[in-house]
Amino acid sequence: MTDRTAELEPPAIPAQPKPPGPLKEFWNSFKENRGAVIGLCIFAAFLFIAIFAPWIAPYDASEQFRDALLQPPAWQEGGSWQFPLGTDPLGRDMLSRLLHGARFSFFIGIIVVSLSLVTGVVIGVIAGFSPKWADTLIMRVMDIILSFPSLLLALVLVAILGPSLINAMIAIAVVLQPHFVRLTRAAVMSERARDYVTAAKVAGAGRFRIMFLTVLPNCLAPIIVQAALSFSTAVLDAAALGFLGMGAQPPTPEWGTMLAEAREFLLRAWWVVTLPGVCILVTVLAINLMGDGLRDALDPKLKRS
Amino acid sequence: MSQPILKAEGLKRHYELKGGMFSSDATVRALDGASFELTPGRTLAVVGESGCGKSTLARVVTMIEPPTEGTLTIEGRKIEPDSVAKDPDLRAKVQIVFQDPYGSLNPRQTIGKTLMEPLKINRPDVSAKEREQRARDMLQMVGLRPEHFERYPHMFSGGQRQRVAVARALMLDPKILVLDEPVSALDLSIQSQILNLLVELQDRLDLAYLFVSHDLSVVRHFCDDLLVMYLGKPVEQGPKDEVFDAPRHPYTKALLSATPQADPRRKRQRIKLQGELPSPMNVPPGCPFNPRCWKATEECRTVVPQLEGGDHRFACFHPLEPGEVPEPKTAEAV
Repeated sequence: MTDRTAELEPPAIPAQPKPPGPLKEFWNSFKENRGAVIGLCIFAAFLFIAIFAPWIAPYDASEQFRDALLQPPAWQEGGSWQFPLGTDPLGRDMLSRLLHGARFSFFIGIIVVSLSLVTGVVIGVIAGFSPKWADTLIMRVMDIILSFPSLLLALVLVAILGPSLINAMIAIAVVLQPHFVRLTRAAVMSERARDYVTAAKVAGAGRFRIMFLTVLPNCLAPIIVQAALSFSTAVLDAAALGFLGMGAQPPTPEWGTMLAEAREFLLRAWWVVTLPGVCILVTVLAINLMGDGLRDALDPKLKRS
Repeated sequence: MSQPILKAEGLKRHYELKGGMFSSDATVRALDGASFELTPGRTLAVVGESGCGKSTLARVVTMIEPPTEGTLTIEGRKIEPDSVAKDPDLRAKVQIVFQDPYGSLNPRQTIGKTLMEPLKINRPDVSAKEREQRARDMLQMVGLRPEHFERYPHMFSGGQRQRVAVARALMLDPKILVLDEPVSALDLSIQSQILNLLVELQDRLDLAYLFVSHDLSVVRHFCDDLLVMYLGKPVEQGPKDEVFDAPRHPYTKALLSATPQADPRRKRQRIKLQGELPSPMNVPPGCPFNPRCWKATEECRTVVPQLEGGDHRFACFHPLEPGEVPEPKTAEAV
């Protein structure tokens, strides 16, 4: 808070160094959290893999090698460097499948989060600004959605819509969206009573402008954090739905679906089951670490004690 | 003297409180009949204890809330609840500066954007380039440096923020500026800077000020006319010197006696009022001040006194005569 003294200093002082921008400030407090930086690095690596999977992967994800069924990873007896992470029961290269799987996980995460974020934030802002009866109506509907266990509700929705990756994503988005509504509404309600909103009203700002240009940007910090954490929930839920046969359908190299396909080989070929599981674990962990760091950096009220 | 630009007659603002399951509905008479005029180049100060309806008055005059009763006339035009929506020019006539400079600026907007926003909304014909030029000129006019244009509110001190708030209020060239306790959140040294700025701006732009405050020493230096409020009702109203030198309403007298003085050797007669400020949900019958007044009679408890008099008006059946000393049993020298 060195700027507090600015009023007292003589105007003759040459231009001070430009104060750090909001982005720089955010980065400074973000990098204090080592776990968050590690999470960010892993996340970036996965993002890279997801984008360039077809070029990095040695083989196509569904290419079968009939003479190398269930071959163990290279460092184990019987493995070869032709398939560094071994092959699955149908003779497909595990490494290639896992690399392609990263694509699906990110695709799911991004679509689900943006879908639930946009609808959730819009509904939340409307609820925060609407008269009491409409607000109550919206929030009770959200409470009903929240009262079901999320995976169970997603399962029901998929059962209605039919099992496919797209339907699974829609189901997960519907399940995640009430969290955004609640968060946004709470933030909007505390912000809209402040004087700068009244000032904007006095300046003649319309309803829409106040809702989305004045108030919403000031509510973004908790929403960004929630989005980051929802990303991991989405990845996890999609994997779970895939495992239950309600998500992506074989032969899609989706991590959860891969787990389900390989279940029966758990004792005979550990790599077929473990590796997709490890991928899910590492991704979710990295995103959660990153989300915690985001929260610390963006929302001083929630700082770790 | 020039013509008044704003006339308020019997302004009232009541809030209906919905009772819960076990309590009945209630009406809060936050503002209960205020009449006054604002003239370009002059300042009307509204003073009173907290909760007496000062800020409600400010909000009604700024057309943030419609009055429950009474009329507001600006430049001869009567204000209806939907006038502002119909005519954006009207909105530009009255602007407001809030008390808390930490809450009144959007933390996500640079100072430049905050200043340009009113123009962007209300004057779409002004080009982006001119908009920026006007904002930069305004920044200079309120005594800030050009490099402040790009900065965010959290980089400023309270006094600088209040300058920005004044600048924003002036962007639309208003005729009337409502100042809702503009300096009470600031340090004493900064207070005087802001007050000087306001005086200077009033001279230059011929603004009419409605100055809401509870700080009588500030009011004494700043205003031309004074309106003393108690529980939503004006109790005394008149030119500053007359009210300060010869208060007629006992409440005004008590309020004035509570002003701190810089001279510790001077004995002063501080009137200590008995009892609590009644809730505006439950205003006593008759004169609202009667439970705490040392001159109250039966008449005061039953009949509501009206504001009477010429320039210097007061609502009291037993006004103080000039030089009258309050009865010793309730007055104590402090």
